Amino acid sequence: MTDFFLAVMDPNLPFFRYALLTGLFASIPFGVIGTFVVVRKISYIAGAIAHCVLGGIGLGLYLEKAVGITWFGPMQGAVLVALLAAVILALVSRHARQREDSVIGALWAVGMATGLLFIAKTPGYVDPMSYLFGNILLVSQSDFLFVLVLDVVVVVLVWLFYNSFLAVCFDEEFARLRGVKTGWIYLLLLCLAALTIVLLVRVVGIVMVIALLTIPASIAGNFSKNILQMMLFSTSLCALFVVLGLGISYDLDLPSGPVIIIIAAIVYLLVLLGGKLRKKFAVVPK
Amino acid sequence: MSDKGIKSAITIRDLSFAYDTQAVLTDVNLSVRPFDSICVVGPNGGGKSTLIKLIVGLLQPDSGTVRIFGEKPESGRGRMGYVPQYARYDPQFPISVFEVVCMGRLGGSLTGKFSTDDKDHAMDALTEIGLSALANRPFSEISGGQRQRVLIARALASQGDILILDEPTANIDHESEQHFFDLLAELNQRMTILMVTHEVGFASTFFKRIACVNTKVVIHPTSALTGDLIHEMYGGDLQMIRHDHCCGVEGHQHD
Repeated sequence: MTDFFLAVMDPNLPFFRYALLTGLFASIPFGVIGTFVVVRKISYIAGAIAHCVLGGIGLGLYLEKAVGITWFGPMQGAVLVALLAAVILALVSRHARQREDSVIGALWAVGMATGLLFIAKTPGYVDPMSYLFGNILLVSQSDFLFVLVLDVVVVVLVWLFYNSFLAVCFDEEFARLRGVKTGWIYLLLLCLAALTIVLLVRVVGIVMVIALLTIPASIAGNFSKNILQMMLFSTSLCALFVVLGLGISYDLDLPSGPVIIIIAAIVYLLVLLGGKLRKKFAVVPK
Repeated sequence: MSDKGIKSAITIRDLSFAYDTQAVLTDVNLSVRPFDSICVVGPNGGGKSTLIKLIVGLLQPDSGTVRIFGEKPESGRGRMGYVPQYARYDPQFPISVFEVVCMGRLGGSLTGKFSTDDKDHAMDALTEIGLSALANRPFSEISGGQRQRVLIARALASQGDILILDEPTANIDHESEQHFFDLLAELNQRMTILMVTHEVGFASTFFKRIACVNTKVVIHPTSALTGDLIHEMYGGDLQMIRHDHCCGVEGHQHD
């Protein structure tokens, strides 16, 4: 672990600092939005958005390299397609009702297929693996700035709409009867989730997005009395997992994304086991 | 009340509703006066919950009209306090009792921020149902009967004139149930009460009228709810109604 911190301090290795800072600051939207994803039980929807992101990345690469549009790259494509997927999914949940999960599944696959087709038609070699599994050590200064902007957007919007988000997650029907525009609030929530996912893809990749969005929040849910506590707690946990994961992956020379996920999963498992044991051996107060 | 001129709190005229092609309610006519207390009973799948959803405006009728103090449900929503079944909530949702009650104050601002006034009303509602001491407790840690009352407080916080309750006595113990009806009697002094239940046994002790829903809606005054009528309504004796709930099975005759 000390080697890792020496590497972070080394002025010749700026990418370590960016990786660490990006991971730490990205923990804020992960913790905050992850909390809503967990309590609203929409991790499957988050999964669909994440996989659609590959379509956006493919589109961005194709337009940049094959068509020559310099201002449109994979990042822009990812943001565009993630938001588009959020809008489609919000409409689907409103109108499709029982068929919602089938539509989500289809969107999930079509997003990926489109991405792979674009990548196949893009000149030069592009390794889809790097997008599927991510590499936090490749983040640049502009990625880091993007994370800071997202932090501000997420914190401000959630602060403003906190009660509306809470109501839509806890009891959407009642909120609607109180005159809350639940359709728009849900869409806003999905869009924030989409932006957070685009960011997460950079850190742990498409496949592992769900884990980092949901595991810290699920752990936090076991110890929280309200949503605000859950957000703060899951943000802290997420930051901890990223730092530990980066450190351990550096020391053991392993890819960072999977190490972050495995650490998070082990903690989650221990917390679940701890909860079961506590219940079993608890002295029941009379 | 400011509606002295309007004689009806809830008016339903010639209403029909179907899910796809399956008719759930046909030719429903119902008029609920202000300060009335009406109990909607009927078999599962008979259309009770659908009727409630039509009244509050969560569903639109295929034909006919619903009016709340003469207005459409969408504009009359602010006057209705809705109490859904507590059992449908995620027991692990981290939220405090006070936060739940505050939701009754939503709709006042675009973002959903609460004013001091909103919080005061929420606290008053919680005090009225006698649970202000539990304000900061997690909603998941209180008993079923208490949760039901918290949901009533949430509806009261909206300061409506009509209280609509969906199966509120399901899964609560007898003592809580007694407490619950004392509370309803008190609220009936200033509010119209409409409650859905599948247990008709206690209904006659509190409610002024009974609406029996099984595709059609038939109203009975509770004073007429004698053994004979119950027998006629449900085709069985009272014990059977309470415990086996056989409405509609052996012929559901009203006229």
